[in-house]
Order: sequence, then C-alpha cells, then structure tokens
Amino acid sequence: MNDERRADVPKDIEATPEEQRLIDQQLDASGPGRGEGAGEAKEVEGLSQNQIVWGRFIRHKGAIFGMVTLAAISLLAFSSMGIGPIPGWWIFQDPGASGPIVNGAAPTLTLPSWLGGPGFALGEHPFGQDNIGRDNFAQVLQGVQTSLLVMVVLGLVALLIGVTVGALSGYYRKATDMALMRVTDLVLTLPVIVLGAVLGRLVATLPDKLGWSDDFRLGFFEYMPLVLAMALGMILWPGLARLVRGEFMSLREREFVDSARVAGASDWRIITKHILPNAVGVIIVNTTLLMSAAVVLETALSFLGFGIRAPNVSLGTLIAENQGAFASRPWLFWWPGLFIILIALSVNFIGDGLRDAYDPRTKRIPSKRQMDKADAKLLAQNGRAK
Amino acid sequence: MSEQPIAVSSLSRGEKMSRGVGSGTIKKGELILEVRDLTVRFWVNNDWFVAADSMTFDLSAGEVLAIVGESGSGKTQSSMSLIGLLPANGRSTGSAKLKGTELIGMPLNKLREVRGNEIAVIFQEPMTALNPVYTVGFQIVETLRTHFVMNPTDAKDRALELMRLVEIPNPEDSFNKFPHQLSGGQRQRIMIAQSLSCDPKLLIADEPTTALDVTVQGEILKLMRELRERVDAAIILITHDMGVVADMADRIIVMKDGRVVEHGTSEQIFGAPKHPYTQQLLAAVPHLGSASEPLEGVPRLTLIARDDKPIPLTSGDSSVTPALLLENASIEYPKAGRRAAFRAAHQINLRVDPGEVIGLVGESGSGKTTIGRAAVALLPVVEGKISVAGRDITHARPKDLKPFRKDVGIVFQDPGSSLNPRLPVGESIGEPLLLHQGLKGAELSKRVEALLDSVELPRAMRNRYPHELSGGQRQRIGIARALALEPKLLIADEPTSALDVSVQARVLLLFQELQQRYGFACLFISHDLAVVEMLSERIAVMRNGRLVEVGPTREIVSAPQHPYTQRLLSAVPVPDPAEQKKRRELRDAIIAKEKIVS
Repeated sequence: MNDERRADVPKDIEATPEEQRLIDQQLDASGPGRGEGAGEAKEVEGLSQNQIVWGRFIRHKGAIFGMVTLAAISLLAFSSMGIGPIPGWWIFQDPGASGPIVNGAAPTLTLPSWLGGPGFALGEHPFGQDNIGRDNFAQVLQGVQTSLLVMVVLGLVALLIGVTVGALSGYYRKATDMALMRVTDLVLTLPVIVLGAVLGRLVATLPDKLGWSDDFRLGFFEYMPLVLAMALGMILWPGLARLVRGEFMSLREREFVDSARVAGASDWRIITKHILPNAVGVIIVNTTLLMSAAVVLETALSFLGFGIRAPNVSLGTLIAENQGAFASRPWLFWWPGLFIILIALSVNFIGDGLRDAYDPRTKRIPSKRQMDKADAKLLAQNGRAK
Repeated sequence: MSEQPIAVSSLSRGEKMSRGVGSGTIKKGELILEVRDLTVRFWVNNDWFVAADSMTFDLSAGEVLAIVGESGSGKTQSSMSLIGLLPANGRSTGSAKLKGTELIGMPLNKLREVRGNEIAVIFQEPMTALNPVYTVGFQIVETLRTHFVMNPTDAKDRALELMRLVEIPNPEDSFNKFPHQLSGGQRQRIMIAQSLSCDPKLLIADEPTTALDVTVQGEILKLMRELRERVDAAIILITHDMGVVADMADRIIVMKDGRVVEHGTSEQIFGAPKHPYTQQLLAAVPHLGSASEPLEGVPRLTLIARDDKPIPLTSGDSSVTPALLLENASIEYPKAGRRAAFRAAHQINLRVDPGEVIGLVGESGSGKTTIGRAAVALLPVVEGKISVAGRDITHARPKDLKPFRKDVGIVFQDPGSSLNPRLPVGESIGEPLLLHQGLKGAELSKRVEALLDSVELPRAMRNRYPHELSGGQRQRIGIARALALEPKLLIADEPTSALDVSVQARVLLLFQELQQRYGFACLFISHDLAVVEMLSERIAVMRNGRLVEVGPTREIVSAPQHPYTQRLLSAVPVPDPAEQKKRRELRDAIIAKEKIVS
C-alpha cells in the first residue's frame, strides 16, 4: 500500500502546486513530510486505476504489436468475406466454389518493390488455389473468421461459468466451496481431445437418432462452430474458476470488505461491487490467455476431425485437408499456419501486456544511457545557476 | 548479564577471506565514515526525484548517529546508498568514504566485500529478513563461512558465542530452530548476531524495533546499548521514533523531504531544537504522563486481575444504557478448514457508557482487536453476553443485524486497505447512507460533502481514489465513513499507528473534536499508551486474551498496580534523554527482576 501513498499536502490542501513548491523551497516547518514512496507515487498522481493500467499497457511493446496485428487480421477477415448476410469486398464470396486454375494454382500475390518484388498486386488468387480450383484466400479468411468466433465465444462462456463458480466458492467457502470445487475437479479430469471426439461422434449421429427435420439439421450444421465453442467453453472454465476462487478468498479477508459489511452491505453487493472489481485483473488476464489457447485447441480438434466439419471452414480443417499437398502445393499449408501463429501470438502478447499492466510491482526501469543523459542535463543546469 | 565486556574482535578465529577496505581493527573515537554531499535520486516519470539531498556528516567508531525523519524523508535510501543497495532506477552522487575508501561508484564485486564484512545492516522486519527454510544457526554459520576461512566446527562455536552475546536463551537449542519457532524479539536478536558476525566497522540499523512490541522493543534497546559498549563499530540508527532516539543516540540528523534540516548532538536537538520542523516534530510526539498527575487521597477505582480470576464489571449508573456492554464474554475465531477454533478473548467484562472514551491497550496478539471486531459483530461471542446500545447481539442472525449496524462504526488500522481501491472515496463514505437511509443523488452528495467538511477535507476530494490520497487523508476518509450514520458507538482500531507522528497528532486532534461534537462512545484500541492517555477517560489493559487492569487513566498511568502494566509503562520510550535515562533504569530493573528474554 505504501507505494501508492502520495505526497502529503499539509493543512493547506487547497494550495496550488506553485504555492506548494514555494513552501517546499523554504522548507516551512509546518506540516508533515511528503510520505513514503513519494517518488513512485508521482507516476500515478491524479489518475484513476484504469488510467494507470492503460498507461502501463500501451508502454508494453509486445501488447501493442498484438493489438495492431489482431485488429488488422480481424479487419481483413470480416471486410473481405463479409459478416452473415452482408457480403465482403472479395470477388469469391463462396469458399467452397471451384474455378479455373490460374497461374498453375500458385499464389498470385506479388511483393512490393521495396521488398524486392515486381510491385504489390493481389492478382486473382493471392494465396493460390487447391487441387479442385477453390480460392485459398477465401478459404483461409473464412477460416480466420471461424477461429476468431470460436475464440471469443469460448472465452465468454468460460468467463461466465468460471467467474460465477469461483466467486461463489471463494466468497462463501465451507460447503458451497466443497461442492463447487469437487464439480470443478470432475470437469478438470475430462480430457479435452477425447471429449471432443465423443462429442464429434455424437453430433454426427444425433440428427438421425432424434429424427431432426432437414431444415433443423442444416441450421445446426451452419452454426456448428458456435456449438463447438460453447461445448469447449463448458469444459475449459475450471482453471479460471480456481484462480478467481483464490483471489476472492484473499480479497474477502481485506479490511475494506469488513468495512462494507459493517456498513450493512449485503453479500450480493459485497461480491459485485467490492470484490469483483478488485479481481478484474486476474480475470481479464487469464481469459485472454485462455482465448489464445482456444485458437490452437480448435485447430487441433478440427485437424483431428473432431471439431469443425464441412461445409464450415476452419484453419484446422484446411491444414488437415491439405496435408497431402505439402510437397506439391505448400502454400495451401503455409497460409492457414501463418494465420494460426499470428492470432495465437497476438492474443498471448496482449495477455502478457495486461498481466504486467495489472501488476502493481511493475516498474519502469530506465536505461543507463537515459539516466546518464539526465545527469548531464542536471549538471548543466546547476552550472548555469551558479 | 555478565559484567566484563567481551571484545568481539578477539573472538574471530578464522582469517578474513576477503580483503576489507582500510586496515583490520578499529579503535573507539577513530573516524570511520566521512560523507560529503551525498545525494540520492530516483528516475520517475522521465525526471529525477531527489530522495536525499547533499548530506554531509562524519561518524567515529563507537558513536551512534540517529537519522530521524518521517516516511519519505529519505533516511533509509541515503543509508542504503552507502552499500549500493538502491533500486535499479536510483543513483547516488557525492562522496562517502569508509576509512578513506570511496564507497560511491565502487564496482559491484568490490562492494560485495564491503557488504556484511565492513558494513552490516539490521533490517526492520526480522521475519522477512531471515530465510524461513534454514535454521537460524545455519544462517549465522553461512555468513561466517562466506567471509572467513573457517571449518564448520569453529564456525558453529563462533555462532554460539555470538548468540550468547545477544543473549539468546539456550543457544545450543535455538541454534537448530527455524525462524518461525522463535519470537519476534529473538529473531531480531539473531539478526543482530548475524550482522555482528564479521566485526563490521559500521552497523546500519534500519528501524530495528519498529516491528516489535513496546516491551520487546525495550529489551532490544537494552541489548543494543550494551553492545555499544562491547563492540567498536559505529552505528547509524534510522528511526522515526523520537523515544528510541532519546534512548540511544549521541548525535542526531533530522531529515525532512530529502533535506537535512538539523544536525547536532542529542542534547542540542532535544534540549534546544533550532529548526521549526524539529520543534514541531518533538511537540507532535505524545508524551506519556503529561496529562496525568498523581492524585493523593482519592479512593482508587482501578480493578486488577488476581489469581487468574477475571476482572468484574465496573459498576456504573444503572439508569443509563451502556453503549457497549460485555459480560463474561469469550470470543473465538471460528474454525476454518482443519484449523481449530481459536479463543482470543476470555471472560471479558467491560462497560463503555454513552459519550465515554475507553482506551484498550495491550501488545500484539493480546486480543484487543478481537474485542473490537466482536463489538461490530464481525466475530461471534461464544460465551457470555454482548450488547450494544441496549441491543443484545450475542446470538443475532445476519438478518437481524441490519438495524444494529446503524449504531456502530469502525475505523480500521490501515487506511490503505480499509477503503476499496476501486471506489472513489466519496462513494465509500456514502455507502452506509445509501444502504441504510436509501439516500441517492443530490441528497447523498450533500451529506457526503458535509461529512468531508467535518473531517476537514476539501469537497473536491470525493472524486479521488484512495491511492491518490496520503495516509492521513485516507484515515480522515475512514473516520468520515464510520461517522456517516452518527453511530452511538465507535470502535477505533489503532487508527493512527500506521501514520507519521505529525500526521498522527493532527488526526488525534480532529478525533477529539469530533468526539466532543457528536458525543459518541468510543472504544479506542491502541498499543501506544501515550496516545490512549491523551484521549480516554478510562484504560483497560489486556494481556493474553484477558483484561488485567481496568481503571481511570490517571490512576493507571501514574500508579499502575499490575506488574504487566508496570512493565508496559516503563518500556515506553519518551523523547527526552534525561527523562528516558531514568525510565531506562527502571525498565532494565524490571527486565532483570523478571529475567525476561523475548
């Protein structure tokens, strides 16, 4: 707490900074000292907690790289292939449609001249075509859309369940904690890949068993990625729940919670108004990291054939379909791979940046050169003054 | 206490492995440390923040220099810069010579030879400064064998010798104990033994007694005074406690906001302080015994515990409803998981009348906070009865407690952790009003502003977050919040012990004013007898979960009856070297009589 303590302004709290400085200069005896950690506190003067976190976040180079990359990728994916009924700007809106082979199915994308290419141009099939002439660009970007959708939905589902379970068991402890944590342990024992396989099998056979109508069947398969994301979210929450529980357990012992209780606050108010905002750092950071893991997990499941199935396209299914073409048409393999890496890396960097930003112990350490320079400046100033 | 002084330097059998700076041995009175224009700066927000500015002083062997100042005055950082222990964004300039060798700007590998060897440090919190996974004996031996060529048996002998020097009971036994098996005072003794193990020329004691209880502090101060006679090292004592300074120091440097405001001998500073800040600092220290003169011929009203029987309830006017009444109350921390329930207070009888301020004093772990928490229904009373303003809350269910909450308020010890860091302070103050009276919008903000006025804070401060306020301002917010519903009973749980002494003086003054204006009854919990004496009409002394003495302040302070109260009172250092000398002799006599080593 001490590092947050700010310069104590004595009796004259209304004093302007100018007056305050004068008082300091004369070393007027009245009033207490500036308080512990006055120097560090300068960094956070006059800022709300969110502003401090944001300030630290944007100084994190990796996080900014992640933010920019992720934003660029989503913009490209959603603008080129469209959202739902709204079409995008790309000429081939149907990733499943095949066309005549152009340029021997090789990518038509050319590098700009400053990278040694003949000048930037997309061409007809920038990422190339597969063996039956489908446009790889359309397929990959459709797959990116699917991956992003799965990532966000999975994150939200896990967040909702994890925070609720963690908050309740951490706050009430005792029997509630016992019951909820045993459920958590149970879910934790389920191997995701095996469960994915079983669910995948079930999805394939379920429509026949239940005798669904064709319309319903079609709709169900169209929203397949959504269903998959929710199913995965429902088994991936235990990690978050445990962390939130731990955070709640330590926060509920803090004096401000007692203070709220003495003021007459109900349990609901204490949980939502007093503890949850203080646990938000842990929650955000871990959800972000969970989301980056989700991208890779979805790809892995789809690759193994348990996740997304045709007619839906995902980055995992693209790799699985094209693994045989690795030697003859490597671009069918490289492009989806590149996007998987970029998305997972970006989200991970953002998570890292958030973790550092929420950690109050993070301090900016200046380089030796910076300090030397300031030293020289100070010396010059003093020289002039004398 | 052995009479003949043990010369520490003669004890070292091994050869010093690392070459120290300067020559080997030192004599009393020899100049050890010359500091010239020592400046410490920190790089914050692309600018230099000056933590200590142009310090200049000399220090001779056998001398104790006290650096006094409030938190943030740069007293610790300036001393740590001598051994290069500044954070990565700190820098020191100027000159500091240890027996002629420049310390500032010394390369790290040379500096490592100086650390521990020539300059040793005693830290504030011995629990965190000792490694919890090794025995204390091992840690002393390790220090010895790092700096000396020594075989394990010799090192152990030497370690035991050092432990005897700092008066650890049963050194052979304690040698194999882990830090958590020792008491706070014993841990601090081990720290001192460790720092003395290499015959340092300079010993830096950074708030060595701040984390300790007042009686333990007395014992450690006694030990340090005796060590002064036996070792030849110069000592820099960093502290904010003027009483400790009066007990130990030869010379004193007073610092404020990184600058030295006064430098002089102990007599000069305490006898005739020149700088207004020093004068103000001395005036702000609550002076034990200043408010109470002994009375003659008045019947004694003090009740003391005898033969383990609890103190009976003080008889009071039966026509008034006491604000707080504890009858044979025992309080337990409920069982949590595998940890069994812990009874922290036994058969307490205490009565607080409306408008009365009662001071509850005792050392850490004595159960005083427990009583405070039970009074606001945060802890259950398992035996006996507790009632607040006539309402019996012994077996109240959470639902029934809501009307009760209107009648009590609590001010916590640490204003930093008792305010929600994510709520603006205005919202924190307004919360009780919102919950009990359903006030909202303009009406609520009017009340919040009135409360801010009453604790002398500007209204604009309501939109600030707790971390933007100073410790003193935060504690004012805590008080405003506790008073929001104008409670009949206020529990003040060490409200000023986390504050600097001048801030404490202001907060206490404000507290007195508010108490007169609102007329609430108050249970004022503190470990500081001088503070309690200032505020309260009656004092209750607690030890090991039991009340040992309850009576009017005047009687307890001037003529304590229970031996524990006597010891507690004698251990409080006063900021006056002459007076402190007298008190010290009394204290040492009591310690010697009871043969206490904590």
